[in-house]
Parts: sequence; structure tokens; C-alpha cells
Amino acid sequence: MAIPTLFLVSLIVFGLQKLLPGDPLLTMAGEERDPAVIEFLREKYRLNDPFYMQYLYWVRDVLTGDFGNSLRTGVPVSTLIAQKLPVTIQLAVMAMIFALLIGIPTGIMSAVKKGKAPDYAANAIALSGVSIPNFWLGIILIMVVSVQWRLLPASGYVPLTEDPIQSLRTMLMPSFVLATALGAYLMRHTRSAMLGVLSSDYIRTAKAKGLMPRVVVLKHALRNALMPIVTLTTLLFGELLAGAVLTEQVFTIPGFGKLIVDAVFTRDYAVVQGVVLCTAVGFIFMNLLADILYILINPRLRHPQ
Amino acid sequence: MKSLRMLTIGAALLASSTVMAADLRVALQDDPDVLDPHLARTFVGRIVFTSLCDKLVDINDKLEVVPQIATEWTWNDDNTVLTMKLREGAVFHDGAVIDAEAVKANLDRARSNDESLRKSELASISDVKVVDANTLEITLKAADAGFLAQLTDRAGMLMSPASFDKNPGQNPVCSGPYKLVDRVQNDRIVLEKFADHWNADNYHFDKVTFTPIPDATVRLANLRSGDVDIIERVAPSDLPTVESDANIKLSSVTGLGYQAIEVNMANGAKADHPLGKDARLRQALNLSIDRDVINEVVGAGTYTPALQAFPPASFAFNEEFGNQKRDVEKAKALIKEAGFDRVPVEISYGNNTIMQQVFELVQAMGAEAGFDITLRPTEFAALQSALKAGDFYVGQSGWSGRVDPDGNIHQYVSCGGGLNDMKYCNEEVDRLLNAARTTSDTAERKKLYDEAQVILQQDMPVIYLFYLPWPFAHKASLEGFIPVPDGMIRLENVKLAQ
Repeated sequence: MAIPTLFLVSLIVFGLQKLLPGDPLLTMAGEERDPAVIEFLREKYRLNDPFYMQYLYWVRDVLTGDFGNSLRTGVPVSTLIAQKLPVTIQLAVMAMIFALLIGIPTGIMSAVKKGKAPDYAANAIALSGVSIPNFWLGIILIMVVSVQWRLLPASGYVPLTEDPIQSLRTMLMPSFVLATALGAYLMRHTRSAMLGVLSSDYIRTAKAKGLMPRVVVLKHALRNALMPIVTLTTLLFGELLAGAVLTEQVFTIPGFGKLIVDAVFTRDYAVVQGVVLCTAVGFIFMNLLADILYILINPRLRHPQ
Repeated sequence: MKSLRMLTIGAALLASSTVMAADLRVALQDDPDVLDPHLARTFVGRIVFTSLCDKLVDINDKLEVVPQIATEWTWNDDNTVLTMKLREGAVFHDGAVIDAEAVKANLDRARSNDESLRKSELASISDVKVVDANTLEITLKAADAGFLAQLTDRAGMLMSPASFDKNPGQNPVCSGPYKLVDRVQNDRIVLEKFADHWNADNYHFDKVTFTPIPDATVRLANLRSGDVDIIERVAPSDLPTVESDANIKLSSVTGLGYQAIEVNMANGAKADHPLGKDARLRQALNLSIDRDVINEVVGAGTYTPALQAFPPASFAFNEEFGNQKRDVEKAKALIKEAGFDRVPVEISYGNNTIMQQVFELVQAMGAEAGFDITLRPTEFAALQSALKAGDFYVGQSGWSGRVDPDGNIHQYVSCGGGLNDMKYCNEEVDRLLNAARTTSDTAERKKLYDEAQVILQQDMPVIYLFYLPWPFAHKASLEGFIPVPDGMIRLENVKLAQ
């Protein structure tokens, strides 16, 4: 299933790119428009060939492990992906941890205290989390935390392997910003899943047995409510892997989002193709992970009838 | 206990990092492209090259040509042979000596490499000859007054010839005061001091890091928080913030480039529109625009009004055209004379905030004179293709500017000029612009440019709006930085006070 999906994705993206108006070489040349050089590069990058031939060349190269070179900088696309992927993964993991820390406890609390003050408060927070634009929150955080208080670096990125503390510091604000919206989604889903489970018969039985409310909620209810939450978490994580354009832009994080947006704007076809392919693989992997997690959570799925 | 541990971790995370005072961090608006000066295209790339690669000659803040690797130079009587003396003891980053052979190899590569974008800049060279180890003789096909100025930029930059076939775009081996140690695309370019540079004593940073931060407000926030030391292109709307912060300082200079409107006059079917056919209407549009308003409203006072291609810093700048003011009545009269009541106009431009504001003002001001202007914001790559293909009536035109006046005008308005998307063509203008190339006497050149400008003011193919400023902001403790109209960051004698 994975192979045809990837094939289809790459074909669609390739086709869409070719439909965009604009000429990569003209854009790249900018003020330095030398017709002879443009023609030379057009031949070199096979842009004179028909659309389907360009695509077939690309498929052939990818099958031999060659993702091509960036038109703009000449850097191999595989190198670019290798540079950006760790950044994007780190940002995605940190944002997801924040989102889970925010979303699940508040979701549980708001389900348990349904209709009471904590429920309304959690709902209000969730609504603002979804509504506040990331770039705005990002800029405000930079102004307050970095410029006024001088607590964290305003932007930039330090690899985890180079200086772990500094790396976490630079990623703290951007991952928090990303987590606000994700946390809000998670909270809403946790709440509704929990409400569904909490009203079921076995919970009433558990309560009637005299179990502690904490055990009833966390052990009996949460485990059954986790299925939709896991689905949502893996999907959101897959989205994070595609890059968070605005957040990356505001905090100047060299991840996938910035890479692909720049590549689209400069019509750097090979880079767009490579990144999309990589992101699609990420999504497929996350789907697989979701399936595995289902089995871990739900013993009923472990033994097929 | 647990909470204590959490507190400790929290404190460690929040403690600000210590930064060595001998490091300089520069925030650029974009990420540069290839770091091979013969192949490079971007403006920000030139800022990096200024520290990375020496040139034959440089310019100062008064646009005078000053020595760099060439210490002195002379022209023969008919200005066709340039003899350059090279600096003794200058070396490339790989230790190879910079001699006449190496310079010749660079000029030859820049003129012949398939992907070289310097060919047009060096097109007037017919031969480069090595006289002795430190003397080079460049013969031109014909006198070219702008030639020396070309050598003050990428066309005059030198790389070690041994590096030509070792992917210089990724691993440039130049001879500048700093050499490349690390580059991560979209993230950073790290240069470190080159101890064997001929002028190393006047460069005071051990390390220079360039980071692209595309958002102007975020760039400024990074400067204010102390994460970078100098930033380029402060947004006009952020200027009050810069002025209110005592820890940072603005260093702004009017640049060599301009923003303008170009009218399609003969490029395809869309040239067939009122503005393209009648010079009086173009003059009327020009007269209807109040550049002071654009300067105040959009530029916060940094968008110096432009009515010609030459910047105030250039010797070719003509005061007379510089002082024209808005005249709506005259504009209305011209429109009437052309037989129109209202004139429909469609302007295509790049869809960014600044240009949106500029053209909304143009739209409003034009309306008062009798122009019904439709705005067509277009994504940048698509705009460039549209302009080239003639798929526009009136379009945005911008130029980053060159030191020699020829570079600001010839390609745009000469018949068949490389950037003449309007396909404007006037043989008399061509004759004057070509004549201005052949003499090196600035007074005579100015006269020729003045004559060409009189015709251009009549034909009005290009309506100039404002000169591009180069507003830098830096820490108040940064000393010795002099902004030059070419918008580069020259680090000679620049220091960070403790």
C-alpha cells in the first residue's frame, strides 16, 4: 500500500508544480539574466524535456538513491533533507510532548468536572489555543521573553548534539507555540472520548465496586478513551513532520517548512519533490505506528478471530 | 527534592549563554545562494562575499574606487588598456600566492565558464595578459568607462585557481579577511578569521556568523535581545522602535538602486493599451504621483523620492529632474490632450506588504488625476515570468543598483537591453548611452546622460518612485561601521566595545 501511495503523491506534486506559472531559471537569475547561461542550465537540468520525461528521469534517479540537486544552491537534496530532518523531528517531538502535557490532563479534568468551573476554564483555554495565530504568539513571546526579560534566545537553532542545553533553550518557545493549538485539539478530543466512556456501564460498575475515583478515571476510563487520542496524536505528529512554516519563520528554525516554502517560491522542483516524498514516508510511518499502538492499548486487537 | 531538581534544570535552561566579544553575528534577510562569486546571484550573497573574498578594487562610501588586491592602476591614452599592479604578499585561503597568473585565471573563468553570470559585466575584455608576477594588463575591445567599477564587485573577486574544479559554490577558497568554516543552508554561514590576510590587523573579529532571518520584525527582536550584533534592512515601520532603544543604533544610507513602474511599450499584445501608446499619458501618471507621500507613509522617511535612474550619490545624478513635484492639474490637462476622460491602467507587482502599500497609494493618487488603476498583486516568480513574456500592461520594476551609472540604465532602456521587458527603443537614447560608455571623463559622461535623460523624461518608459535605502541597525557598542551606498557590510576597523 505504501509504494503506490508514494508514487501517486510524487506524481501529483510534480504535476502541480509544473502547472504553477513562473520559470525557475528566470526566478533564480533575478537581475543576472544571461540568456546563454539560462539556456545552458535549462539543458543541464533537463527543463527542455517534456513533462513526463522529466518525471521519469526523476523516478529513475530516486530509485538509484539520487534525489537530485537544488537548482538554487547546487546542494544535493539528500544533504538538505539530512540537515533539516533532525531539526524538524526535534521540534515535532518537543511540541508533541508539550501538547500532550497540556491536552490530556486538561481534557480528563474537564470531562470529570463536566459543567463545572474547571470545565469552562479548560474550554476557554482550548478555544484561545486554537484561535491565537502561531506567528502572533511567537512574536509576542520573543518580545516578552527574549527582548524584555532576556531569558531565552530570540531565535535560531543549535543542534542537540552540539550543545544540548542551548538546543533545548532555543526550541522551548517554538515548540510551546506549536503545542498551544495541538494541545487544544487534544484536549477537546480527550474530553469527548472520556465523556463517552465515563457514561458507560462498566464505569458505573467500577464505581459501585468502591474503587477509588482516581483508579476509575485513569485506569478504567482513560485506557478505553485513548484510541481516538492516539489516532489524533499520530496524525498531528505526521503534520508536524511536514514542517511548521510560520513558526519556523518567526523563530528562524531551519526545518522542513522553511525549506519547502522557499523551494516552492523559487520553483526549486527537486527540493520540493524530495521533501514531499520524505514527508509522505513520515506520514505512512506514523499510520503504521498508530496501528501498532492500537494493539498495545487494546488487548482485544491482539488476537485476530 | 524533586521540585528542587526541576528548579535547577529550569535555571540552567534559562541562564543566558555567554558570548565571546570577538565574535560578530550578522542577521541577513535571505539565505545566500552558491558561494562562488562567478556564479552567485543574490544580494545577501554579496554581503557574505565582502568578508569572504577580496576583489581587485573596492569602493568607499563616496563611491570612489580604492585599492584592494590591485594597489595601483593606469589606463593608456585611449582608455583601452588597463595596467594593474598587484599587492605583494597577498595569499589565498589555501596558501597559494595571488599573482598575475591567478588573477588572469579568475578573469578567464568568469568570462568563459558555462554558468558564469559575470560574462556581461566583463564583456568588454578582449585579452588579459600577464606582464610579470605582479603586473596584469587588461585590454578592452573598446573604451568602457564602467569597466573598473565592475571589478569592485563579484566580477573582480578572486578564488584560488586550484579550487575551480573542487565545487567552489560549496567550498569557496578566496582570499578575504575571513574564510568559510561551516554552512548549513537556511541556518548559518560561519566564517573565521584568516590570519594570513594582508590586512589582518584591521579585522577584529575571530568569527563572523551570518544567519538568515527573513522577518524584519523578528530580525530586529534578535538584535534587541542581544542574539545578533548587526542586522540589515530594518522595516520602515520598525524605525521608531530602533530610535527608542538606547542599546541599538541605526546606520542608514540611500542606496544605488530604485523602485519604479515600467510601461509595456512593445512587448506582445498587451503593449496595445493607452499608456503604452501615448507618452502624454505616461507623463501624466508620473505627474500624478506624490513621492513625498510614499516616502512618509510607507518609507517612514527612508524612501528618498526618485525621478531618475541615477542615485544622489552618483556623478550622473541630475538635480533638475530631482526636484519635480506632483502636479495634478498638469496631469489632467495631459490626459485631456491625449483625448481621454478617464484612463484605465492595470499594474502588476510583487505581493508583499510594502509594494501593496506603495501601489495602493499610486492607485489613490492616480485616481485624482484621472487614472482608473486596477491592482494586480502577483507572486514573485510568476511576476518575473509575466514581465519577461510581456504579460503585463504596467509592471513593478526594481533594481539593486550599480556603482557606475551605466549599470543603472543601459540594460533597462536600451533597445534589446537584457532587462528591457517593456521593449522600449529610442535610437537617440541608445546612441547617447553608448557614447557615455566610451569616455572616462565624468563631466562629458554626465552631459551625455543629461541629454539621454531629457529624452527619457519625454518618452517616460519608466516612472521612478524611490531609491532603495539600506537601513542597518546594530548594537550601540559596535564601533567603526560605515554604511556604503552599495549596501554591503565592510568589517575593516569594526569592533565591539566591551
